[in-house]
Amino acid sequence: MNYKMIGRFLAQTLFVVILFMIPALMISLWCGETDAVRGFLLAMAVMALVDGVLWLLCRAAPSAFHAREGFVCVALSWIIMSLFGCLPFYISGAIPTFIDAFFETVSGFTTTGASILSDVESLANGLKYWRSFTHWLGGMGVLVFLLAINPGGGKSSGFTMHLLRAESPGPNVAKLVPKMRKTAAILYLIYIGLTILDIIFLLLGNMPMLDAVCTAFGTAGTGGFGVKNDSIAGYSNYIQWVTTVFMLLFGVNFSCYYLLLLREFRGVFKDEELRLYLGIIGCSILLIVLDLRGYYASLSETVRYAAFQVTSIITTTGFATTDFDLWPSFSKTILLCLMVVGACAGSTGGGIKVARVLLIFKSLRRNIRQIMHPRSVQVIRSSNQVVDERIVDNTNAYLAAYVIIFVFSVIAVSLDGFSTGTNVSAVLACFNNIGPGLEAVGPSCNFSGFSVFSKLVLILDMLAGRLEIFPILVLFSRGTWKRS
Amino acid sequence: MNIIIAGDGKVGSTLARQLSVEGYDITLIDSDPQVLKDTGDRLDVLVIHGNCAAMNVLLQAGVREADLLIAVTTADEVNLLCCTTAHGINPKLHTIARIRNPEYSEQIFAMRDVFALSMAVNPEQQAAVEIERLLKFPGFLRRDTFAKGKVQIVELRIAPGSKLCNTQLTDMPAIVKCRVLVCAVLRGGNAITPGGDFVLREGDRIFVTAPTENLTIMLKNLGILTRRARRVVLCGGGRVSFYLAKLLRKDGVSVQIIDSDPRRCRELAELLPGVDVVCADAANQVALEEEGAANCDALVTLTGLDEVNMIVSLYGASRSIPQIITKLTHMENRNITDSLALGSIVCPKELCCNDIIRYVRALRNQTGAAISLSTIADGQAEAVEFLVDKTTRNCGKPLRELKLKPNVRIASITHGAKTEVPGGDSVYREGDSLVAVTSGQGILQQINDIFA
Repeated sequence: MNYKMIGRFLAQTLFVVILFMIPALMISLWCGETDAVRGFLLAMAVMALVDGVLWLLCRAAPSAFHAREGFVCVALSWIIMSLFGCLPFYISGAIPTFIDAFFETVSGFTTTGASILSDVESLANGLKYWRSFTHWLGGMGVLVFLLAINPGGGKSSGFTMHLLRAESPGPNVAKLVPKMRKTAAILYLIYIGLTILDIIFLLLGNMPMLDAVCTAFGTAGTGGFGVKNDSIAGYSNYIQWVTTVFMLLFGVNFSCYYLLLLREFRGVFKDEELRLYLGIIGCSILLIVLDLRGYYASLSETVRYAAFQVTSIITTTGFATTDFDLWPSFSKTILLCLMVVGACAGSTGGGIKVARVLLIFKSLRRNIRQIMHPRSVQVIRSSNQVVDERIVDNTNAYLAAYVIIFVFSVIAVSLDGFSTGTNVSAVLACFNNIGPGLEAVGPSCNFSGFSVFSKLVLILDMLAGRLEIFPILVLFSRGTWKRS
Repeated sequence: MNIIIAGDGKVGSTLARQLSVEGYDITLIDSDPQVLKDTGDRLDVLVIHGNCAAMNVLLQAGVREADLLIAVTTADEVNLLCCTTAHGINPKLHTIARIRNPEYSEQIFAMRDVFALSMAVNPEQQAAVEIERLLKFPGFLRRDTFAKGKVQIVELRIAPGSKLCNTQLTDMPAIVKCRVLVCAVLRGGNAITPGGDFVLREGDRIFVTAPTENLTIMLKNLGILTRRARRVVLCGGGRVSFYLAKLLRKDGVSVQIIDSDPRRCRELAELLPGVDVVCADAANQVALEEEGAANCDALVTLTGLDEVNMIVSLYGASRSIPQIITKLTHMENRNITDSLALGSIVCPKELCCNDIIRYVRALRNQTGAAISLSTIADGQAEAVEFLVDKTTRNCGKPLRELKLKPNVRIASITHGAKTEVPGGDSVYREGDSLVAVTSGQGILQQINDIFA
C-alpha cells in the first residue's frame, strides 16, 4: 500500500476544500455574520495546518498506485473532507453537536440532502452557501475535480483511471477522450455550464441571488438541501418547473451531453439507459397522477406535483414541493421503488442506477432462458454493444452487496424504536442519497431524532451509496491493509 | 496468356489443372517443395518454390510478362501483399486475391485501388450466398443464374413416385404446365444431353432451364414444397455459418447455430445479435433434440469435417427435415455421396474456382468468347453464356435448321428483357444472350463452337 501517495491525494483534497471555503467566507464577511466568519477562519486554519503536515510527511512518494490504492484513496478522502468540511457548522455554533454537523456535511458531500436542521432559514448566509456548495462539489466528485486541474495532468500516468472509476457512478466507467485530465475537464465544464444555465433560469423567475445559487447547487449535485424550511414549495410554479427540468437533466449520463456536443444525436437517441430512464419517469408520473385524482384542485397542479416529486426522487435529489407522505400508499410505494432505481450511470444522481437495473433484468432473462436451453450461448447487449461478462458479474455482486448493507442498516437503525416505515425509508433515503423518506423522516421532518449510533450507520450508508459501495467495502476489508 | 498462381492448395491446384487444360501458361508458386513436386509431376505447369509475396520470387516467376496473378495462399495478408507487390512491378497485371477474413471485407471493397486488386474472392461468402439462394427456393438441389439473373439452371432429383417418373421429355410441358427445358440429365454418374424421346427414370438428377417465374409454376405442379424455410439450423460455427446467419437474419429467418467450441460460440453470439447460438457437439443427437433442432425447416451442415457433415445430414434426413444442405470439401467422392440422402451439396472451393475461371475467360476478351461458365452435373457438364455478335453464324435461322454438336443444347435465348425457352422455331439475333449446355468439357470456348 502506497501510504505516501494516498497522503498526497488527501492533502490535495483538503487544499481544494480550503479554496472552496473562501467564497463562503466572503459571503459571511459581506453579511457581517461574525459567528460564521469565526467558524470559517478557524476551520480553514485547522485544515491548513493538517494539510501542511500531510504534505511534509508525504513529499517523496513512490509512484506505485494500483486499483487498491485508488479505492482506499477515494474512500478516505471523502471521509476526511466531510470531517473537516463540517467544522464551520460546529465552530460557529450553528449546529451544536459534532455528530450532527458531521451528518449534515456527509449528507451534503454525498448529495443526499438529509438534514438534521429543523430551521434552515435561521442559518447564516455563508453557512447556507457552504451547505449547498458541498452538494455541488460532491455531485461530480472532488477527485475528478483534482484530476481536471492536476498541473501534471498532461503527462500523468494511467493510474488516475482508478480514481475516476472509484469515484464516478455506474457499472462501466470509461474515459470520453484519451487523456484523463481532458476527460475530467470536459465532465466539469458540462457540469458548470448546466449549473450556470440553471442559475440564469432561476434568476429569470425573480428568485433572490443566494437562493438561486443554492438551489442550483442542490439541483446540479442532485443533493436536495433547500434554503427554505418548506424546500421548493414556497416558490412560484415557474421555478418549480425549471427545477423539475434541471433535476431531470442532471440525472442523465453526462456522456450523453458530450455526444450532443459532438453532434452525434443517433448515439444519444439509441442509448437504452436514457430511454428506460425517461420511460420510467413518464410512467411513474402517469400512475401517480391517476392515483392522485381529486387530491388537488386542478389537473395541472396534480401533474406539477407528481412530475416534481417523481423527478426529485428518481434523480435522488430530494427537493419537495408538497408533503408526499400524505399521498395515498400506491403513490408512496412508487416513490419508494424509484428511490432504489436511482438516476443514470455517469450522472450526479445516486441509487442503483438505471443502467444496473437494465443489466440485472437482462441477466435474469438470460438465466431463465439458460434453464430452458442449457447449451445455449447468450451475450448481454446494451444499446447494441456487447456487455462484458465481468461487468454483468459485478452488477449482480453490487445488487447482493446493496441488499446485504440495506438489511443490516435497517436492523441497526431499528434500535431507535421508530416505525418500520420510518426505518426502511430513512435507510433508503440515505443509502440512495435522496434525503427525505417517509413518516418520521418525511419531507416536512428531519433526521435529528435518531441516536448517535443510527446517525453513524446512516453516515456510512450515505458514503457507501455515493461511492457505490465497493470503495467503502475495500476500505473496511482486512486484506486491503495487509502487506502484499 | 501467362497466369501466375500463388499458393498450391486445393483451390490453387484445381485452378492450375483447369486453366492449363484450357491452354493457358501457368506458373505455380508455393513455399512447400513437396506439394509443388507432386503438382509439377501431374500437371503441365511451371513450379517455383518460394514466398510468393517476395519480389525476387515474383520476378523469377515472370511477373513482368504475366497477364494475371491469382493469389490463393492460406493467409489473406500474404495474398494482399503478393498482389500489391506484383502490381507494383507490372502495372498492367490483373490480380485476383482470396480474402476470407470477414473483418477485411469492408476495406477490400472500399480500397481495392490501393491494394491493386482486380477482384477479390471469398469462398465462404460465396458459399453462404449460394446456400441462401437454395433456402429461398427449396426443392432445388442447386441453382445457377445467367443473363444477369434472368435465366436459371436448377437441379432436381426425380424422387420415387414423382410425376416425372417414366415420362418422355416431350410430355413434360403438359405435366408442369409451363415451358421448361431439360438440358442435361445425370444418370448413374454419367451426364447425358437428352433428346425429345428421352425417358426420365427414378433417381435421375435433371438440370432444367427456364425463366424464374416458370420455375415456380413447375415446382407447384410437381407438388414439391415451396414454403420458404422460417427456422434454419446451422451445424458448425465457421465463416460460412457467420455469413449465412447474417444473410438469413436480414431476411427475417430464425437461425440457430450449433458449435462445440465455447469460445467460438461466445464470439458468434457477440457478432450476431438475434441469432440463437448453442454450444454442443452437432454429432450428438441428444443435444440436437434437446435444442429442438429436429423441428426446423432446414438443416445446413457446415462443420470443418466432411464426415461429420454427412452424419448430421443423414440424421436430418432420418428426422425428415424438409430441406438439407451439406457442405463438402472433398468433391472427388461425389459418386459415393450421391447415393446418400445429403440434400443439396455445396463446395465453397468449387464455387471459388468457378468464379475465377469465369473471370479468366472474360479477360481473354475475344469476340464470341464465353462471358460466363458454370460447371454442373458434378463437373461433367458445362453451362456457358455467350453474346451473339456480328461474327456469329446462323443469325436469324430457326433452331430446327441448325446443325449443333451432338452433346450441345441451346438452353435459353434472352432478347433484351425477355427470356425465351427455345423451341424449334426460335431464332437468335445480334445482341441476344444465349446459354448453351454441353455434357463435354472445355469444348465451348467461342460461340461458333456450338455448331457441328
